[in-house]
Amino acid sequence: MTEPQQHITQRDEWGALRSFTAARIALGRTGVSLPVGQALDFKMAHAHARDAVFSYLEKERIFTALQMFQLPVFFIHSKASDRQSFLQRPDLGRRLDEDAVVKLKNFKSKGYDVCITIADGLSSTAVNLHAVNVLALLMPMLEKAQITVAPFCIAEQGRVAISDETGNLLRAKLSLILIGERPGLTAADSMGAYLTYCPVAGLTDEARNCISNIRPDGLGYQAAAEKMFYLVRESLRLQISGVRLKDNAGLLDL
Amino acid sequence: MAYKYTVKNHTYHFNDLKTLMAKATPLRSGDALAGVAADTYEERVAAQMCLADVSLTTFLNEAVIPYEADEITRLIIDTHDRSAFNTIASFTVGALRDWLLSDAADTRLLQQLQYAFTPEMIAAVSKIMRNQDLILAAQKCEVVTRFRNTIGLRGRFSARLQPNHPTDDAKGIAASIIDGLLYASGDAVIGINPATDSPAHVHRLLHMLDELINRFSIPTQSCVLCHITTTIELIAQGAPVDLAFQSVGGTEKTNSSFGINLSLLQEAYDATLSLHRGVTGNNVMYFETGQGSSLSANAHEGVDQQTCEARSYAVARHFKPHIVNSVVGFIGPEYLYDGKQIMRAALEDHFCAKMLGVPMGMDVCYTNHAEADQDDMDNLLLLLGVAGCNFIIGVPGADDIMLNYQSASFHDALYVRKALQLKPAPEFERWLMQHEIIDAEGNPLPVKHTHKLLQHVF
Repeated sequence: MTEPQQHITQRDEWGALRSFTAARIALGRTGVSLPVGQALDFKMAHAHARDAVFSYLEKERIFTALQMFQLPVFFIHSKASDRQSFLQRPDLGRRLDEDAVVKLKNFKSKGYDVCITIADGLSSTAVNLHAVNVLALLMPMLEKAQITVAPFCIAEQGRVAISDETGNLLRAKLSLILIGERPGLTAADSMGAYLTYCPVAGLTDEARNCISNIRPDGLGYQAAAEKMFYLVRESLRLQISGVRLKDNAGLLDL
Repeated sequence: MAYKYTVKNHTYHFNDLKTLMAKATPLRSGDALAGVAADTYEERVAAQMCLADVSLTTFLNEAVIPYEADEITRLIIDTHDRSAFNTIASFTVGALRDWLLSDAADTRLLQQLQYAFTPEMIAAVSKIMRNQDLILAAQKCEVVTRFRNTIGLRGRFSARLQPNHPTDDAKGIAASIIDGLLYASGDAVIGINPATDSPAHVHRLLHMLDELINRFSIPTQSCVLCHITTTIELIAQGAPVDLAFQSVGGTEKTNSSFGINLSLLQEAYDATLSLHRGVTGNNVMYFETGQGSSLSANAHEGVDQQTCEARSYAVARHFKPHIVNSVVGFIGPEYLYDGKQIMRAALEDHFCAKMLGVPMGMDVCYTNHAEADQDDMDNLLLLLGVAGCNFIIGVPGADDIMLNYQSASFHDALYVRKALQLKPAPEFERWLMQHEIIDAEGNPLPVKHTHKLLQHVF
């Protein structure tokens, strides 16, 4: 947006410094205040971040897309009943509600290598945009390596640790979750992937490996899928995850 | 000792002082998460009424975390000024509130009482105060510190210039510093949160800041906010450290989770002091605090988050810091849910710190999953300006591109100075005028592309 009243606002003479940083520098001023264009740009960035936090997981669309992998799909929910309680009570977002527990228990799992959960986290937008695209690249790699995959779980109001419970109930050796990250002003659609070996409720962060900033302008789909595949394979081979499992991808041939 | 209070026919029982204090706290999500909050509005006010009747001497006899179990409790009790306390020993928490708001409590008297107060007494009284009470009482508490300038004088309002960059690119950081200086920010400190804590990396940034400050003779101080052990190591290597930084919490266990304790802080304090880099004084420490840190470290010991926070000020004041700030909205909505809770907590933190003699500033900030926006920050900034807050954090355009949260901008600092007729630190103000960045009224002047500072990075 252009400034409507160039003669009132004071431009900053150091605009060239913007080539060194993405920080909001040399914004100019009217009096001591932000010019209108800058003020509204900031609001728009914040609006994108807020909309991402309150966006809904497009679970039907994701369900339909997942049919290409010919695996069962479960819709599950955390103990956090709505967004407000999800935000205030992270402990509830980490656990499955009773329905979900029953559903997953009733599925007579024969045991799998990997359980993949897709959860809204703090930005459904991120998952809506990126989860299926990354899986479309990852799933063939897993299949080729003969790594078996449990039914998919699509989890609402879920935090990262919810996958410890889904993986455990579906008797998977390893749990992988694709989840929306806390949105920043420059990126409201960043997806994260977390992986735990031998998942069980109550594990903490040192038991996890994390791949973050998955989005076209961050870590691209292909690179993200390769990184996930590498970590899955190494985790299964070494039977560990978390701080002891180092990401040495790139040092090996894939 | 148990406490009870009857409302109509119902008697509320509170098992001990820490339970009473937690139940008396204005509603916030962190205390609900910890399971220590009041169950109903009535219970909360009943607890406040009960707390108002508790004598101040009770706080010397009943520790919220036992003396034997916690070195911060020991610090609080061992440094308590009994003789100054005698003048207020007859007070209840309620009487203290009334006295603080009366004309009898003036700046000089409050300064004399800093060590007569314990953090728990001050936390307790804050719980029965309204926002306006917290502002009026804090306004009287002037806490002035000196290193290369003077921070905290009445009528002054400073800003930390926070020029973070996701990869710590030196030119990117320098560009934000120039932007901040030309917007009259940076008198509290020029302080970088580095993206990584590696000593070599921090060393490089310290030299860069030192060169910049020397080259333009800026009456300010620098800080690279790394772990205190990294700073100690760098001082031994001869790095140009102005202020040593550390996040501190209000329980021994919280500090353990940060990898620190009081003796390590003492070591850092002595090492930094020995460099004698101050000009107007030698307050060499910079601490950050924030409600929720004890809970997030699972180290709150059943104590509510605001009381834990107040206890962290006992740690801070022991090392005569130049600046301290609460990162009030940074820690997320599971601790402070919305603008209302953030605002309340910020006023509590500022009041409690100032009463205890801590040179308090604030990171007026929020994350995108909190129910808050810039309007909330505008309101809070103004309230803190009126309350006499020493400084705020200033970030280009209020958007920190490394830490991914929103704070106050350089423009915001100018706004609060203009709206409340506040000025930067006196030495820094003179420098800004000499360099034709502001005029005598504090208004920003047009800066030409030939300005000395702009020749630096090109």
